[in-house]
Amino acid sequence: MSTVDATTAVGPTATTAPPRRRRRGNKGATRAFWLFAGPFLLGLVVFVYLPIIWSAVLSFTSAQNTVTSTNFIGFDNYVDLLKPGPFRSSLWTFTIFAAIIVPLTFALALLLAVLLNQVTIARAFFRSAFFLPTACSYVVASMVWKLSIFNGVRFGLANQVIGAFGFDNIAWLSSISPPWYWLVLATVRLWLQLGFYIILFLAGLQRISPELYEAAYVDGAKPGWQTFRFITVPQLRTTSVSVLLLLLIAAYQAFDEFYNLLGNSSLARPPLVYLYYTAQGNQDYGHGSAGAMILAILIIIVTLVQGRIFGFGRAEK
Amino acid sequence: MAQDAPVTSHTHRPHHRTPGSVLGAVARYGALVVATLLFLLPFYLMLRNALSAETDITSPDWTLFPKSLHWGNVKEVFDDPSVSFKQSLINSSVIALAQTAGTVLLASMCGYALARIPFRFSTPIFYAVLVTLMVPPAVTFVPSFIIVSRLGWVNSYQGIIVPVMFSGFTAFLFRQYFLNFPKELEEAGRIDGLGYLGVFFRIVVPNSMAFFAAISVITVIAAWNQFLWPLVVGQDPSKWTVQVSLSTLLTAQTINLHELFMAALLSIAPLVLVFVFLQRYLVQGVAETGIKG
Repeated sequence: MSTVDATTAVGPTATTAPPRRRRRGNKGATRAFWLFAGPFLLGLVVFVYLPIIWSAVLSFTSAQNTVTSTNFIGFDNYVDLLKPGPFRSSLWTFTIFAAIIVPLTFALALLLAVLLNQVTIARAFFRSAFFLPTACSYVVASMVWKLSIFNGVRFGLANQVIGAFGFDNIAWLSSISPPWYWLVLATVRLWLQLGFYIILFLAGLQRISPELYEAAYVDGAKPGWQTFRFITVPQLRTTSVSVLLLLLIAAYQAFDEFYNLLGNSSLARPPLVYLYYTAQGNQDYGHGSAGAMILAILIIIVTLVQGRIFGFGRAEK
Repeated sequence: MAQDAPVTSHTHRPHHRTPGSVLGAVARYGALVVATLLFLLPFYLMLRNALSAETDITSPDWTLFPKSLHWGNVKEVFDDPSVSFKQSLINSSVIALAQTAGTVLLASMCGYALARIPFRFSTPIFYAVLVTLMVPPAVTFVPSFIIVSRLGWVNSYQGIIVPVMFSGFTAFLFRQYFLNFPKELEEAGRIDGLGYLGVFFRIVVPNSMAFFAAISVITVIAAWNQFLWPLVVGQDPSKWTVQVSLSTLLTAQTINLHELFMAALLSIAPLVLVFVFLQRYLVQGVAETGIKG
């Protein structure tokens, strides 16, 4: 009833008012726009655009211990970084890490989401258990991993378990061959990020119409692999593309667990850890800024290429 | 009428249920239970070690349950002069709450303007906001630190809070949300003589509480857990957040394990509480960001 009243009340005013309101509204609307969006946009300019421009300028100077260097040296910083050395190996570290963590998270999140979607009892409980680590920080998780599970000595849980099968203790974080530290780094991140992607896939799965499965069943498709392959996977395309891109960006931003598990170790030092020690440790802002520029360019290229291949831009109308 | 759908699906099911599908169900639940135990194990280890005596943690004959529970570890963490854990908790709380309030207020207003207030340049401005999503915030830490140090904000709350408050992603999510907000409600408010501010704060916001809650919970968790930026800006121990304090303890030469685990447990306690009470919003929020992302 009240909705009917509202529409009849809106009707006449809406048809008679527009010309006058639009003319009066324009100046008011412009002012309102700046009132609403101005503070945010100002912040964006000062704390996102300005830093990037400043950094771009600084990347062409030899800025040691100063952030206002005027000593232009052209592309020297970039050349230094791209020569074989710690920055280039940090890009390798990122590549290895992404090659491990992206497919692993994708597959496990999809698997667990499909399982969750198929059960009816205690679904909310399982979902909560998988999602709970999302509330944990990388610092805390690194601590549990480093000091409790993958402690290199006897009281570590992993060594307790393999000890029960008669194996010797393993120094998980300092063993180079085989490089067990990747197991530690990958499992920390899996534990922390899986829940988030499970929820994304679950949301995607729940948007698939059940009629599609029924139609496939009528057409003789066996429930299980066939419906998964020919209905679930194609229907999840948009979600999958978002998940892949988010996973890649998240892997590329890796800092917390590497810093807390390995510190400034040359074993596995991703770009941000290297830049942190360059800019904060050595106060070398020239090289630090050049590194930030290279990373920014790389991520833009990856995003654009992925957009080209998978049509990422189409996901948001 | 509404009963039709469930009834048919129930009557259909038993026909398909072969011995194979019962086995399948057992396997599914088995896999989920194993996965759940693995997911909860680290929390249990944290709890176990936090309530253990130091010797129980490092004992060569390690047991799943500690031999005795040491609740005194809580007091020990707060009394330890080398950590100033209480100060870190205060810092983290101030930072997480202020950052969330700022982010949600500014991003929601900007998102509303982009979605609903007619303005000639709103499309290019929207693209300018979108571009910032392409550059991960972590990549800008060097340049942002330069700005913060020029402002003299190193070692200050505002230095930690303000630069990370302007989240293009959050503004984007709010814009997408407001695009679907029912126009009739706003019209009704305008007829009652409200301006843009009045319509926004007295009609749009109160009718969007679920979405605001979801975004707030996600922002609080992210703000509480952030590490690199507070590490870079809050260099003085008096400005350390919980994460920075824990990390300092973790990478120190000598550590009291039971104290460290108790500190970690205390640091996640507030978030687990938020999580338990607001999980529904959280999941909904994540699911919605996923759809749009």
